Amino acid sequence: MSSHTEPFASLPVTPKPGLRRFHQARWDEEIVFELSRPGRRGVGVPAPDAPLVELPESVARRTPPALPELSQNQVVRHYLRLSQETLGADFNIDVGQGTCTMKYSPKVNDSLVRDPRVAALHPLQPESTVQGVLEIYWRLEQILKEISGMARVSLQPGAGSAAIYANIAMIRAYHASRGEGGQRDQVITTMFSHPSNAACAKVAGYEVITLMPDADGNPDIEALRAAVGPRTAALMITNPEDTGIFNPRIKEFVDLVHEAGGLACYDQANANGILGITRARDAGFDLCHFNLHKTFSTPHACGGPAAGACGVSAALVPFLPGPVVDRVENAGTAAGEPEVYTLTVPERSVGKIRPFLGVTPNVVRAYAWVMALGAEGLREVAETAVLNNNYLLAKVARIPGASVPWADRRRVEQVRYSWQQLTEETGVHSEEIGIRAADFGVHYWTSHHPYVVPEPFTLEPTESYSREDLDEYAAILAHVADEARKDPEFVRNAPYRQTVHRIDPASLDDPAQWSPSWRAYRRKHGGQPQA
Amino acid sequence: MIVGLIVNPVAGLGGAVALKGSDGPDIQARALALGAVPRAAERAAAALRALRARRPDVLVRTVAGPMGEDSARAAGVPYRLAHRPAATSGGTAGSGATSTGAADTRTAPTGPADTRAAVAALGEVDLLLFAGGDGTARDVLDAAPRPPVLGIPAGVKVYSGCFALSPVAAGATVAGFDGRTVDAEVVDLDEEGHRAGLVGARLYGTLRVPAARERLSGRKTGSSAAPPGSAESIARAVVADMRPGTAYALGPGATTLAVGRALGLALTPLGVDVVRDGALLAPDVTEQRLHAIAMSQVTHGVLSVIGGQGFVIGRGNQQFSPRVLAALAGVVVLATQQKLAALGGRPLLVDSGDPRADAAFEGHVRVVTGHRESVLYRISSASEELS
Amino acid sequence: MAHPYIPNAGPETRAAMLAEIGAPDVAEFYRDIPAELRLDRPLDLPAPYTDEPGLVRHLHGLLARNTHPAELLSFLGHGCYHHHVPAVCDEVNGRGEFLTAYAGEPYEDHGRFQALFEYVSMMAELLEMDVVNVPVYDGYQATGTALRMAARRTGRSKVLVSGAIAADKLAKIRDYLTPDVEVHLAPVADSGEMGEVRLDDTFAALYLETPTVHGVVETRGRELAELAHGVGALLVVGTDPISLGVLAPPASYGADLVCGDIQSLGMHPQYGGGQAGFIASHDDERLVAEFPSRLFGIAPTAVPGEYGFGDVFYDRTSFALREEGKEWVGTAAALWGITAGVYLALMGPQGMREIGETVLARTRYAMRALAAAGAAVRHQEAVHFREFAVEVPDADALLADLHGRGILGGVRLGDREVLVCVTERHSIADIDTLAAAVKDALSALGGAE
Repeated sequence: MSSHTEPFASLPVTPKPGLRRFHQARWDEEIVFELSRPGRRGVGVPAPDAPLVELPESVARRTPPALPELSQNQVVRHYLRLSQETLGADFNIDVGQGTCTMKYSPKVNDSLVRDPRVAALHPLQPESTVQGVLEIYWRLEQILKEISGMARVSLQPGAGSAAIYANIAMIRAYHASRGEGGQRDQVITTMFSHPSNAACAKVAGYEVITLMPDADGNPDIEALRAAVGPRTAALMITNPEDTGIFNPRIKEFVDLVHEAGGLACYDQANANGILGITRARDAGFDLCHFNLHKTFSTPHACGGPAAGACGVSAALVPFLPGPVVDRVENAGTAAGEPEVYTLTVPERSVGKIRPFLGVTPNVVRAYAWVMALGAEGLREVAETAVLNNNYLLAKVARIPGASVPWADRRRVEQVRYSWQQLTEETGVHSEEIGIRAADFGVHYWTSHHPYVVPEPFTLEPTESYSREDLDEYAAILAHVADEARKDPEFVRNAPYRQTVHRIDPASLDDPAQWSPSWRAYRRKHGGQPQA
Repeated sequence: MIVGLIVNPVAGLGGAVALKGSDGPDIQARALALGAVPRAAERAAAALRALRARRPDVLVRTVAGPMGEDSARAAGVPYRLAHRPAATSGGTAGSGATSTGAADTRTAPTGPADTRAAVAALGEVDLLLFAGGDGTARDVLDAAPRPPVLGIPAGVKVYSGCFALSPVAAGATVAGFDGRTVDAEVVDLDEEGHRAGLVGARLYGTLRVPAARERLSGRKTGSSAAPPGSAESIARAVVADMRPGTAYALGPGATTLAVGRALGLALTPLGVDVVRDGALLAPDVTEQRLHAIAMSQVTHGVLSVIGGQGFVIGRGNQQFSPRVLAALAGVVVLATQQKLAALGGRPLLVDSGDPRADAAFEGHVRVVTGHRESVLYRISSASEELS
Repeated sequence: MAHPYIPNAGPETRAAMLAEIGAPDVAEFYRDIPAELRLDRPLDLPAPYTDEPGLVRHLHGLLARNTHPAELLSFLGHGCYHHHVPAVCDEVNGRGEFLTAYAGEPYEDHGRFQALFEYVSMMAELLEMDVVNVPVYDGYQATGTALRMAARRTGRSKVLVSGAIAADKLAKIRDYLTPDVEVHLAPVADSGEMGEVRLDDTFAALYLETPTVHGVVETRGRELAELAHGVGALLVVGTDPISLGVLAPPASYGADLVCGDIQSLGMHPQYGGGQAGFIASHDDERLVAEFPSRLFGIAPTAVPGEYGFGDVFYDRTSFALREEGKEWVGTAAALWGITAGVYLALMGPQGMREIGETVLARTRYAMRALAAAGAAVRHQEAVHFREFAVEVPDADALLADLHGRGILGGVRLGDREVLVCVTERHSIADIDTLAAAVKDALSALGGAE
């Protein structure tokens, strides 16, 4: 193992019995511009069939855009090669993206949203022509109301962060409506809540106060006592937090904030393990949000489109983002007459978080997912996700060099682990372990910054993976940790079985060299690959 | 790539025999008598091996004998000698001895003067590696090295920011060094006090170390990465909050120096400066002068967290005495979220010398971590916490 | 039997796993949840369809309550457009690799990085700007962010925004810029273009949208750019990239930031689910520093000549001039970026020119046809792309009448104003059908008056 950039063929292909002899696809695929030849095209366009419009000189494009010219089959081949060079959740034991709930996205749901009665609907069609889709919005809202205990749910936000933003906007509007908008200028959050809580609050003009974990791994309740007061607008908190620890004193947190006149807002990004077990409203929360692309199975799509849902108590219903879908009472009472659904804007709505209604295909997918499971199925989802998590925890905790902060605490939906012991021993960092693990067809994510848990990695198995999958994942981590001990350089120079080799990121931070587009690359590097 | 190497062969001697440090010949002698085995040389060799694995072209410039040569030879790295320590170890330098560690410490213990002389003698190198602890870092700092430096942790106390996480990590960092540097604090405990059961870090200054090489991974799609919370962004937040006519007493520390830069002022690196309305009202004040100012006008204290132990008051800023603290209209603490995270859950510490003044701080303190953001963090009296 | 989505749900597997963990039961893992917070009953949810045909039948039953789009001739636009979606777009974005990937490293997800890099690169050619971001949620957010970027870049806190933009979009911009940036509105001239504007050195940006909400193509871009630059403000231009095969890219007349929605480039309308936003700038370090969202760039690897990818200027948030603008980003719309890349690769320069010419020609044909049918077409002298507004005696009545004839005639902008949208998918015969129906409907309405 003297040279670490040899091709796959010369490497020991069975490093340990039982591990997969994976190699990611490597097509050496050109950049699409390099495939271009003048005069080719990929799709036909209707001719004008009417006199051409002569544009004034000030608005006419002078030189055609330097887009690539390719035949249709070249485009198909190019993009399918790129797709093969992408490790989707469908292809791997995707338990490493902890906090993202990478569960299986059922294919039947994808087939439903390709139906023209979803795909081809225009968002401004008359309501009478979209009753089916409005009914699905309404039905999913009823389901999420029951799951959260909230009075109403808006499906307007485009994703989790957008839902957090919507919640902040409602908090701002609520305090303003009571004449306390100026006074309540602080939002409290915790170190292990999703950082979008802090980021959204800041965009909305709030000062953000963060609580650090106490010795038990819970957010420090004494710090909360010191933080709350007449300036408190809201507490925005995740539970279980990204450590996987459920804060047993959450009701006290909510009560403390309420006593100070603030609102309590529950980031339910990690709700998967507690579906049907405990509800936001029952702990006193005034607002909450769900990520439909996490808990409710819609695909992550390389980073969106996703979908979010905001649930609120009765006092905040008038502020919900709009429109929401109402069922017109008594409209369909006659036998056989369908119910009628209509769009309404709540009385003091914070407005639209995105254009039109919501990310409709994902609303349909999430609804279909719940309807395939029902109440009993959701409970099974939660319990199995938690079982899987604790099973993987038991396995990972036995790997020499891995550790579990707050090891005496129980874990719910995910666990944030640490490789600190291994790093001290070998100099190999968690990021490098993760990249080497990808040589076996899996990967993981570390943590948000700053790393409160040193050398972190965060695993969340969800209900989707089998016992054998979890065994394989743990075996890969154990193997890579072993490699790090025997030959740290070998691990640090990984990957070996990926589409490309170790990337040198230096030019990405140098304004003279960085190339955020092919156009910039041609200008700075003459279109030649960098040495 | 040419790397300078200095090993403090007696670093870490005290730790294994519970002497809490190795500063001073008496302690070192006691440690050896108690059976301590020096480990700095082997740790330096481990760093060089990791370096050479990545940069086969590396050339080491070092000091004869146990202060570097032995480690270079043990690691099999090509080296040149640029310096022979004066009287102490001349006998063994370049003698061809293959053993490291214990064999070489038969010679008299190396002192701070040897480290300082070696820094001066190594001259221009791409980067200076030294193996030792906080005391060694102080000696390196005192010699005002021109190249950037990096510490190989080998001492009992390694609270300074200029050390790599481990010897292997040090080698890897040097190999990946691309010229970008950041300032890292050099802190040291008062070992007398430490042995007596009192813990306190003092800030001695800053050294230029390689900036952490940016890693490609960990960039999660779909998340608002926590702002890096640089000293600059904290400084801008503090300056934005400054009120006209109010005096601000800025303690020592990298973050408070950044406040000075944000105001366009050059502050005293290890002293306390008072600013008002964007101008320097009183540079490098004594406790007495600070007290007089705080008594005569509205004055706020602006304090950095010193070193890895979380001291806010009482280490390196003794000007903030009990009577000064009583006279201040308020105190604001500055730290990046990273620095607080690195405390591993331990509280911030106050040790003003007066338990009653310290008690007034007990509880939680607001730590400014950036624009419109702060952390409410636990703060304790040092004597309380460490008793 | 275990549920098809839950492999470990079977009792035997459960028992074996619990034994491995050393836990008595699953309840053990929930012991941190206090009893008073436990739901002491099953969730009250509708009975599920655990067999797949049953689920499909249920969903198809609901979808059947939507009118099938094939039964309607639609002229709806106003931010979401029925352009033709090439079959290859659906093929690529339906691939499981792209559909289910998320946040892998540039090693195992090289293809995702390359596809998104190519998307921004093709957008960059269309826009004649070197820097384009990976998609944000939608055009509304892109516009809000572009204006915040301008405010941060200039250190100013006022923007002057075109009055000819959608009401919802303006509301979103106002909301998104609160409380850091003040929004002022520029007047709209009778021509439909931006009226006379006054700017001074307190403004961070002038926001021009072309085509406007009424489909009017702004012709005074260069003059407005000079006006903005004269007071140290930026020109931010909102546009639809599908128009840029024929219309001048805003950078050519001096735009500093360009933004908008890419739904037109290969996304089905999906009842609003196909939106995605872009922001573009020149390769100016100070502006690049203000992008809150990711930028992908080429980087070398350990093997000479191999292309790798990574994030450009990843730590830029710490270099940003002012922290007011730290914006939230999230799981936005990457798949639509990949799809828009496929669309542009299929279309090429020729296809983009042709679609632009066809849309321009048919829009004008439709304006003339509706004018001939008796509708008062607004801004007749202006160049229009894809949309135009007509004044009618009663917008609701007209649209209801047309709907009765199987035509969705346009979007109601006011009591007496309707926005009509024509794309390359509308044949001349479709437009003639609309015109004939409008003529009938107007005479029927007129007769009723």
